[in-house]
Amino acid sequence: MSDRIFGLFGVLLSIGFVLAALAIEESFLSDAVGPKAFPIIIAAILGLSSAVIALRPDPEPHWPAIGRLAEIAAAVVVMILYAEMLPVAGFVAATAFAAAYLAWRLGSSALESVLVGVGTSVGIYVIFHLALGLSLARGPWGF
Amino acid sequence: METLSNLGDGFLIALTWQNLALALLGCFLGTIMGALPGLGPSNGVAILIPLAFTLGLGATPSLILLTSVYYGAMYGGRISSILLNIPGDEPAMMTCLDGHPMAKKGLAGEALSLSGIASFVGAFFATWGLILLAPQLVKIALLFGPAEYFALFALAFMTLGGVSSTNQAKSAFAAALGLGLAMIGVDTQTGVPRFTFGEVHLYDGLDFLVAIVGLFALSEVFIFLENRHGGNADATKLKIGKLYPPMSMIKQCIPTMLRTSFLGFLAGVLPGAGASLGSFISYSMEKRLVDKDGTFGTGDPRGVAAPEAGNNAAAGGALVPMLALGVPGSGTTAVLLAVLLALNITPGPLLFTQNPDVVWGLIAALFIANFMLLAMNIPMVGLFTRVLMVPSRILMPIVAMVSFVGIYGISGSTFDLLVMIGFGVMGWGLRKLDVPLVPIILGTLLGNSMENNLRRAITIDNGNWWTLVDSPLALSLWAIAIIGFILPVVIGRTVKSRMHARKDEEGAISD
Repeated sequence: MSDRIFGLFGVLLSIGFVLAALAIEESFLSDAVGPKAFPIIIAAILGLSSAVIALRPDPEPHWPAIGRLAEIAAAVVVMILYAEMLPVAGFVAATAFAAAYLAWRLGSSALESVLVGVGTSVGIYVIFHLALGLSLARGPWGF
Repeated sequence: METLSNLGDGFLIALTWQNLALALLGCFLGTIMGALPGLGPSNGVAILIPLAFTLGLGATPSLILLTSVYYGAMYGGRISSILLNIPGDEPAMMTCLDGHPMAKKGLAGEALSLSGIASFVGAFFATWGLILLAPQLVKIALLFGPAEYFALFALAFMTLGGVSSTNQAKSAFAAALGLGLAMIGVDTQTGVPRFTFGEVHLYDGLDFLVAIVGLFALSEVFIFLENRHGGNADATKLKIGKLYPPMSMIKQCIPTMLRTSFLGFLAGVLPGAGASLGSFISYSMEKRLVDKDGTFGTGDPRGVAAPEAGNNAAAGGALVPMLALGVPGSGTTAVLLAVLLALNITPGPLLFTQNPDVVWGLIAALFIANFMLLAMNIPMVGLFTRVLMVPSRILMPIVAMVSFVGIYGISGSTFDLLVMIGFGVMGWGLRKLDVPLVPIILGTLLGNSMENNLRRAITIDNGNWWTLVDSPLALSLWAIAIIGFILPVVIGRTVKSRMHARKDEEGAISD
């Protein structure tokens, strides 16, 4: 079933890709092939392979329980927040929080999570910023 | 003779303090990454690329660092195979078969050092193979026109799924997806934006480094979150015991190592094979050839030496097409190609004439790294076994954060981080559905140059599409591509089921 849905999604994707390719505005100066041809060839392969996937599905993969999926979704949300907060809160604070969250969700105790978070963030800051001179996001406190 | 003098020049380049230090660092990090289940050569190198890049290292030093990681990971994979019966990365899968039984018999130290020697032999001969074979391949590649290059790229994509691929439709899907992603951005020939949907950030195209780190490193973090495997290895299993194997054991294995080095190298050079297949073929051939008493699988030293020599030789062999043709045959070499492209160096035949310092410096560094790895992996192997004690609930947050830092360090843009997270989720889903990730990476890397070659070939011939199959060279490349695509449909299932006799969900994605 998963493969059938996946294949169907692929077919839709390829149709969307063709439509987007046809919408490319050609400039008046073009070569013999133009900017549309290759994307359309790719879309054809994409559609064809998706159709095969949908028609001849593999055995069902092992999907995690809904709780585990929520776990991954929560991690994605935290990572997005991390990316957005990085310029606002600064590297050290944001990283400490994100790393502590991941450590906690992977089964660390509360204390260990905090230690992992702070350790990772300060460690990366010292090695990459202070020692190697990589520029990281500056927060309100300058780090 | 010219080769030797080139190699001499290479050693002059490689033997600076900075490069030696980078090689040492790379070997060390690589061995650790190989040893840790969940980090393999391809995601290990992927995490380090942005760092090497942002540190402002030049082409040769970056390559030295990253190929040392690559070689190191090939060494390191065996450690957890032998001690824990969990392959540290995919190519080390076959080492479990005899390595772990040896450890159970109390011969863990012997198995580790024997496999270290086998790794050294494999990598050493493969590096010589690289020196001898790559320039020959360059001579052929100089005959290639745009049509032949287009066929060559097609060949790379069609064979990349590998002989062990069970579902070629999924490989084709992955390749087309990667190529499609590469199309995003301003068309280089006419200057019109494609698939950007008005988003200014996309005019430059997607940064392939972002795609690589997301697909390889972040998806791994998601896999760990899904399975909630936060634990560490059982400490009682990490006893090594006596470290040096008796001479008789080494002697017994020498013919095995030599044969499998050759075989592994060949598997590495051929498109669509790579190190995992190299070690698989080596092990199965040795089993047929020398296993008269049925001792393979019960802790036969030759069964440890064969796959290790095989996978390290394949690692060297896989560099041949990457350097000489610019077309990688395996996952990690695809990632290494990304390094070269990020540094504005186009691999391929011209690399050998225009940047000989890069090529020969790299090759010399491989020799040096190989000796360093031998030294690190036999007397100091105890150090690396301790690394296995680091539980993944601590390791994985660090991996995730280092990936973010690397990407943020390059561009300083939140948009890139969001794209990376997107790729991470996509990578997780695709891995669940058993879609290979390497063709996606290769597609984003090579998409534009594949299209350029197509358009150049057809423009030169005044819009005649038949020019693509006009020369014998192009025709033979197409023939190989088609055979390579169809062959797995016939034999893929058997090969894969034999290779994956031991199921390993968390092992690295690919070599």
